[in-house]
Amino acid sequence: MIADIIINSLINGSTYAMLAIGFSLIFGVARIVNIAHTAFYMVAAYCIYFATHKLGLPPVVGMLGGVVVATCLGLITYKIFIDPIREHEAAVLIATIALAMALQEVMLIVFTGDYLSVPALVSGYFSITGVKIFYQHLITFVAVLLILVILRAFLTKTRLGLAVRCTAQDREVANLMGMNESRVALITVGISVALAGFTGAVIAPLTIVEPFMWLHPLIMMMAVVVLGGLGSIKGSFIAAYMLGFAEALVVFLIPMGAFLKGSVALSIMIIVLLIRPEGLFGVVFEEER
Amino acid sequence: MDRFKLLTKLSFVALLALTLALPCWGADTIKIGVIGPMQFVQGKGHWNGAMMAAEEINAAGGVALNGKKLKIELIQADSNEFINITDATNAMELLVTRDKVDFIVGGFRSEAVLAMQDIAMEYKTIFIGCGAAHPELCERVANDYDTYKYFFRGTPFNSKFLVKTCFIQMATVGAILKQSLGLEKVKVAIVAEKAMWVDPMIAAAEGFIPKMGMEVAGIWRPSPVATDVMAELSAIQRSEAQMIFTIFSSSVGIPFARQAGELKIPAVQVGINVEAQKEGFWQATQGMGDYVMTLNTYCPGVEYNELTKPFMDTYTKKYGEPPTYTADTYSAIKYAIVPAIEKTGTLDPDKLVAFMENDEHLVPSGKVAYYKDEQGRPTHDIKWGPGYLTSLGVQWQDGKQIGVWPYKWKASPDAPEITYKGIEPYKIAPWVVEKYKK
Repeated sequence: MIADIIINSLINGSTYAMLAIGFSLIFGVARIVNIAHTAFYMVAAYCIYFATHKLGLPPVVGMLGGVVVATCLGLITYKIFIDPIREHEAAVLIATIALAMALQEVMLIVFTGDYLSVPALVSGYFSITGVKIFYQHLITFVAVLLILVILRAFLTKTRLGLAVRCTAQDREVANLMGMNESRVALITVGISVALAGFTGAVIAPLTIVEPFMWLHPLIMMMAVVVLGGLGSIKGSFIAAYMLGFAEALVVFLIPMGAFLKGSVALSIMIIVLLIRPEGLFGVVFEEER
Repeated sequence: MDRFKLLTKLSFVALLALTLALPCWGADTIKIGVIGPMQFVQGKGHWNGAMMAAEEINAAGGVALNGKKLKIELIQADSNEFINITDATNAMELLVTRDKVDFIVGGFRSEAVLAMQDIAMEYKTIFIGCGAAHPELCERVANDYDTYKYFFRGTPFNSKFLVKTCFIQMATVGAILKQSLGLEKVKVAIVAEKAMWVDPMIAAAEGFIPKMGMEVAGIWRPSPVATDVMAELSAIQRSEAQMIFTIFSSSVGIPFARQAGELKIPAVQVGINVEAQKEGFWQATQGMGDYVMTLNTYCPGVEYNELTKPFMDTYTKKYGEPPTYTADTYSAIKYAIVPAIEKTGTLDPDKLVAFMENDEHLVPSGKVAYYKDEQGRPTHDIKWGPGYLTSLGVQWQDGKQIGVWPYKWKASPDAPEITYKGIEPYKIAPWVVEKYKK
């Protein structure tokens, strides 16, 4: 059972980590609570479905197309709806909620509410200590690690990455130092939405594609980000696996309460926040810097 | 001038009389509200079945009432009940107040139908439920007849009979496993979504499975909308269950079937999986849903009686796929409501109720008759059993839905053996055979 719990923790955690990293990035830099983040993940999933089932293209092409479409859509909607109201955080929050719901309704109209699925990149499974794991889960786990490595390299080894980190630290000073804060935010949004699209591409074969598929991951993603510390990518990564572990524990130790796995994970988040309100690795409130 | 004023007044009165009489001009139609989650397959089934019935009846001239022929007019109402029960009650409220329908058919989730029922009953509108299984819907009729008498269950039979049928099917498959694989005792994992209609079934299953000579390996309750059940499947495999008794009405049925099939979990799946009743199940599981067996009302190629094939063929030709059980709005309109109107000669709900609750009639899925409870009170709950409604056991085999139950089934030792036309033998998944065959 321990092997089951550990392996399932890693699988669940990888899924949440992929979503949370992109969200953390956009919040950390642009201070945008992008509720529509998982909606872009949904758009990417539908792109894959459309490409594979309607156009008959290979899954890889569908996935690349999904990432491109989600990224372009994210940049366009950011420029039109979010950028003009960026200074008003409450308005941005509501605008992103509205955007997510609008995308949901568009998918509902175009594809109806029928449950759909997309083929895996690599079908089949393998066993570790008797626990069966899909190859697609392994791809997800490897993808998370790859994203972390690439993101770290980008943030620490490139000038643009330096600009992103500076903007995250202090927007006003970064602006004064000659960095175009608005352009940096736009690029960060693009990277974040691309990550959401990539998550959709990797995870869609493991889930059901339907217009409401963005809701559950949103809740877990928010929990991961809050637990890890808003704006902390490292925190999001660790928190994702913590909550994944909590979910796996519930399913294996309390099978009758398997439906409660989400609630238990969220309860753990609340308990941690009561002890440490800024999250595990978050920066304490800006006024305290 | 006086004459002019008089003419003006008379014209005004005539216009007023005309306006007030206007509703009577619309009274050459019978309005039937079709309520369901219209963006989903269940609601589409509601609407498609109702449309087919309305078109057939209207094409034949309409409903005969007091020497006139009235057309059926359908009003669609999207209950959105998967997402929000309040939307469902609002939709029902609009049907009875704004649209002023004469009858209502549809409803899917028990939680929503219980709420919608109250609204329909408040307006004394006959409501035939075509999707919800909770016993309380008809217990209310018995306990408060005057308020709830306008409700009838159309489909499916209530969850007590659903579970009874499932148990019979489970026992049948269990016997096949024991005989074919040489198993001493079959271990059963119960996997049931966390939803209201399921709760009484779990308790019943825990009691009955040992009585059938099988053993409960464990109970798992995933969320109805869970998309990943890897953890549950790992735990089930560890429990060494050879059979998984599923109770799913929502989307969890798809990832469960897909992931279990892809992982080749060595256990057969029997029970209720509403998603597995649909044509789209094969695509949704990427072809991994083979050998999944589910309770179902209709199956291509299987006939209950002489009405089944014409209904199935017409529906499939018209809509490109076989009907799900929610398409029994067709039966509700064509074989319950319309004959009741024509035989009673009235649209008065009380008189119609008095007729309907004692009426027995054939439908494409069997024969409808209504129970009275132990105290002799009408329940408006549909009868289950040979000669009435039994439903089918349908298994996916090589990408097609095949009827596998009732296959030489006897409801009691003295009862005649039943095998509907088109039923074929059950097949055990090859990986299960490989794991257990001695």
